[in-house]
Parts: sequence; structure tokens; C-alpha cells
Amino acid sequence: MTPVGALIAKELRGYFVSPVVYVVGAVFLLIFGLLSYLYIVFAGAQAIQLMQLQGGVAQLNLNDLVFRNLFASVRFVLLIILPILTMRLFAEERKLRTFEFLMTSPAGINEIVAAKFVSVLLVFLGLVGLTGLMPAVLMLFSDFDWYPVLTGYLGLILLGALFLAVGLLASALTENQIVAAFLSFGILLVVWLLSGVGSLLGDTLPGQIVSYLSFMEHYDRLVRGLIDTKDLVYFFSGLALLLFLTHRIVETARWK
Amino acid sequence: MIEVQNITKRYGNLTAIDRVTFSVAKGEVLAFLGPNGAGKTTTMRILTCFMPATDGIAKVAGFDCLEQPMEVKRRIGYLPETPPVYQELTVTEYLTFVARLRGITGREQTAAMDRSIERLALGSVRHRLIGNLSRGYRQRVGLAQALLHDPPVLILDEPTVGLDPKQIIEIRELIKSLAGSHSVILSTHILPEATAVCQRVVIINGGRIVAEDTPDQLSARLRQSEKISLTLKAPQADCLTRLQTIPGVLHVSAGQAPGSFLVECALGQDMRDEIARVVVTQQWGLLELRTISMTLEDVFLKLTQHEDGLPQTASVGTEVSAS
Repeated sequence: MTPVGALIAKELRGYFVSPVVYVVGAVFLLIFGLLSYLYIVFAGAQAIQLMQLQGGVAQLNLNDLVFRNLFASVRFVLLIILPILTMRLFAEERKLRTFEFLMTSPAGINEIVAAKFVSVLLVFLGLVGLTGLMPAVLMLFSDFDWYPVLTGYLGLILLGALFLAVGLLASALTENQIVAAFLSFGILLVVWLLSGVGSLLGDTLPGQIVSYLSFMEHYDRLVRGLIDTKDLVYFFSGLALLLFLTHRIVETARWK
Repeated sequence: MIEVQNITKRYGNLTAIDRVTFSVAKGEVLAFLGPNGAGKTTTMRILTCFMPATDGIAKVAGFDCLEQPMEVKRRIGYLPETPPVYQELTVTEYLTFVARLRGITGREQTAAMDRSIERLALGSVRHRLIGNLSRGYRQRVGLAQALLHDPPVLILDEPTVGLDPKQIIEIRELIKSLAGSHSVILSTHILPEATAVCQRVVIINGGRIVAEDTPDQLSARLRQSEKISLTLKAPQADCLTRLQTIPGVLHVSAGQAPGSFLVECALGQDMRDEIARVVVTQQWGLLELRTISMTLEDVFLKLTQHEDGLPQTASVGTEVSAS
């Protein structure tokens, strides 16, 4: 096993022996399930209304009524739970003084940062994978277009990865896990609100730039079923920038 | 194996270590002595490539710590102040992780782990969670980690902290057994430890090396006169003056206990037989006669106390580094 593999295995073990993953996972899946249930029930109510008005069988667009709303709401849940998953990554190592051990082991900082990011990403992918049960079950009872659901999931994963990278960065900045979590909440909320500032500025150049910086419009397009290179570039360059900054912070953290 | 030339480390305005120079030969065990905050840990962190020095050159096994940190890291086993253990892992899992991190796999890994576990007597706790182990066991797990890849250079920051007396002796024996094949630097503020384990002692204070020599040489160097402790059964009133008249005796003072005296003689002279002859002919009843050698404690205090010893300390420091 390579050093990176060993590091990932250690991180994953750290996650699964602590109750954090179970609690966070349970809450995430519960809220996801509850939201799905609510949107499906609303869709059902709307279908009944339509039938009464028009007579016959109403054609419902589940993609619009259920999935778009669901993916829009899940963003908030991710914003709250992902910083909880990432807060321990570097902060705990620094608190427990194992950071010094990692930095004096023959694993490079690249490998350490990559391993930490991949491990938490795997945990997140596992959780997202479990939510796949919902569309799978829904498919048995109704008809919907899979394509926007899949792009929605792609958006969800990219958005989640971006949130995780922000959390990793925040965790590298402090040895206090609570501070790390709050810092990532703060950063994510500010970036979120940038889209509001952007629309306030309107269709001017600064407005466009500010809107582009927020993840809202990029995620929305993916949820609507549009895969635009512009959005993929946004997510991947954001990820690269955040991981690079984390690398720099870890590199300089040991000088203090 | 280890060469340090003029390394300086500054944190802002604070100078943690100031132009420190020393070297460790292959197979040598060097003790780093100094009060808390003297710069021991900082020096070790520079050698292990955890942090770069502000100035100066540090080399381990011929590789520069700044230029080729990976080569250095591969050749060092390091035990930091706090044992770097993960509480959620068992001893075996932890050592497996360390082995993989160092690229030791397969049969080699099993052999390395068995050797480490046996050396530190961790067999009985190998399947227990490190979080549930006592401080002493965690310290030993930390040491097992440092020894796992059988590195040519070992850097141990206070390796016997938190161990019980029996374990301390075992660990000292272990370190002694490593001498010859491994170069070891260990920091400590327990002085008998340095005397027991190390061939050479570096005393560091306020970020500067104030002395560097073997424990025996150090105490000899700082001694200004030979001191002899004398205890008599039936001392007479003229004891002091009579002793004073022995040729070669510089000064005699009465000790605290009745019948005890401290006789100071010129450096390099053993006056014991002469004193004994006088005492016996005078029939004072000789109970005890022994030379007092300066312990490392005395040396240490003398070198690291600012109040009265600073000018002297500096002169000793320069004298030592010049020799």
C-alpha cells in the first residue's frame, strides 16, 4: 500500500470509529428523506388538483416538482453538515500533536492533503450514494427523466467537493475544531450571498464577476440538466485553488 | 551522521536558538541537556525537517535538511515531546499505518513490527486501543514508531518521560543497545540519564551551547579543587588546625553533622592517604573518607544559572568549543 493509501485508510478508520459520521450521516439521510417525502406529497396534491380541474390523468413533471426543489434544498443541508465532517481533518492532528509526526514522515504535503481530501470525499460519496435509493424507489411508481437527475447528482457531488475543500482549508488554519467548522460555515455563507450581491449589481461586468464567484448559478444550471463547460471549469478550478491554498497553509503552519 | 553548523532560529524577535554547532558521529549517543525552553525541541524540529532554520546548515546522513528533506526524513526515527499516537487505533493498526507510510510492506513489515513490539515489550497490549493505554505505554508506542524502520539516526525528545522506574531502566538499556549501530540524539533534563546512556553531553541554555563534552570531562573541567569528605568518631578541638597544617591542604571547614569536615586540596592531588595517616596517629577514629566528585547536576546548575555563573559560563563555553 502506498503512503497515500495508508493515509486514506487511517482517515476513514478515524471517521468510522467516531460517532460523528454516523450522526451526521443519519441526520443528512433523514432530512433528505423528509424533503423527498414532502415534495412528492406536494406533487401528489397538485396532481389531484389538476385532475379535478381538467379531468382525466394529469401529466406531472416530477423532475420540476420533486428533483429540482429537492436539489435546491439539499444545498442548505450540505452547508451545515459538511463543515462538521471536515473540521477534524487538520485541526485534530495539530491538537493531538500528530501533525508533527505526519510532517516528519516521508509522506509529502501533497500526499497528506490529497489523502485527507479523498477520504472525506469518499465518506460524502457514500452518503450521496445512499440517497440514490430515493429516485430508485420513485422510478418503480412513476415516470421521470433520469438525465436531469444525474446532472443534479453531478452538481451535488461537485458542490459537496467544493464545500469539503473549503472545510479542509479552514481546518488547516486552526487547531480548534469548532473554530474550523465555524470558519467554513462563514466562508460558505459569504460565497453563497455573493449571488445576491451579484444580482443587486445587475447585468454589469462587476455584477457578472461577483455572480460567477458564487456557486449558486453553476449549481442551478447542473440541476436544470445543463452541463456547461463554464460551470465545470468553475468547480474544478475552485477545487484546485482551495487545495493549493490548503497546501500552502499546511506548509507554513509548521513554521510557527 | 549529524552535522549542525551555526543554526539559528528566530520567531519574530525571539531567538530560540543562536548559532548552535555540534555533530554526532555514527553510532554515538548524544544527550541534549538544558532547562525548559532552552531550545532543545527547536533544534530537534530543525533536524527532523519539521521547521527550517532561520540561518545555518543542518545535515543528517549527508543530506541537507533544507535541500533534501525527504532523504533526511527517510533516515530519521523521531519521537516528539508528545507521543504522536492516534487514540482510535490499536497498537498493531498504528504500527501498520506507520510502516505503510514509510513504504515498508509485506514480510518486511511483519518483521519490522514484531521486532519493534518485542523491543518495547508491547506484546501484551498489541490489540488494545492506544486511547485506553497508560501514559507509559503510549510513550513506548511512540518509541516503537520511531524504531520501526530501523533508522540510522534517532532523535528522541525526552524519551523516558511518563515511564515508571523499571521502564526507564529498560528504555535506557534499549538506547544503550542502539549505540554503535545508530546515532542517537536524546534530550532530557534528567541528569543521571545523560550520564547513564550517553557518551557525550551538550548543555544548551538560552538557545546557546554552553558546554559540550563527556560527562566525566565536564565535571573535571569545572572543578576548581579536589574536595574530600571526612567523618570522625572522636574529633578533638584542634582537628581543624591540625588538618590545615597538612601540606597540600588548601582549606578545611566543618561540616553540618558533628565530626564531619570538608577538606579542599589542590587540583590533581589525592590527599586521602596523608589525611588518613594523620587521623589514625591522632586517634580521632576514622569513620569515612571519600572524594567528592562534581555530579552532572552541579555542572548543569553551574552552567545554566544566570545569576552568579554567567561570566564563568561564557568562558567555559568558549573554552569547550575551542577545544
